Amino acid sequence: MTGVLEGVAAVLLVLGGFLAFAAALGLVRMQDVYIRMHASTKAGTLGVGLIVLSLVLVGGESSVVGKGLAIFAFIVLTAPIGAHLIGRSAYRCGIRPWSHRPSKEDSSR
Amino acid sequence: MIIEHRHDLTWMMQVAIDIAALFIIAGLVLTTVRLIRGPTLPDRVVALDLLTMLLVAFLTLFALATGVNAYLDAAVVLALVAFLATVAFARFIDRSPQSKEDATK
Repeated sequence: MTGVLEGVAAVLLVLGGFLAFAAALGLVRMQDVYIRMHASTKAGTLGVGLIVLSLVLVGGESSVVGKGLAIFAFIVLTAPIGAHLIGRSAYRCGIRPWSHRPSKEDSSR
Repeated sequence: MIIEHRHDLTWMMQVAIDIAALFIIAGLVLTTVRLIRGPTLPDRVVALDLLTMLLVAFLTLFALATGVNAYLDAAVVLALVAFLATVAFARFIDRSPQSKEDATK
């Protein structure tokens, strides 16, 4: 039984690490602060959440499980609120969302 | 071996912890690149937010690998403080009068 649990936890760890890396990659490669926020908030939350859940699975002691669940709940609750606040203030201070503009050769159309 | 493991972990968990630590370290480097380069202030705030989330994940990984539960307390506190910092920065961007000119640069 513990072998199965540890296998699931190992898979969750690798998946969570990959999602955290994908969030950082999206933060570097995307065009605009709003699109970057989309990458970092969603993938980042799921990445951290999966890593914390794998700790909850193999943690054992009840204090470890409780703290892990507290971290998970808090991150899932606060990441959308923080992203919403930054997005709203960025929009208010005049940053326009990125849109694909035609290049100079296309502009004659 | 990136993190010094405790000795009663199975080889499966050791390999998974090492892979996840490698991914998170690469993510931290990429996020720092965006934090330094970010053309506007909201870009840097988003990068800082992801940086603290990745640090929470790394601290959790440390608690899992070493069995020292104090790392988990640090992760809880960091997750709490990161949200406060994000809210404060959003308020700061809203209120500061010169952010309008800075943001369009």
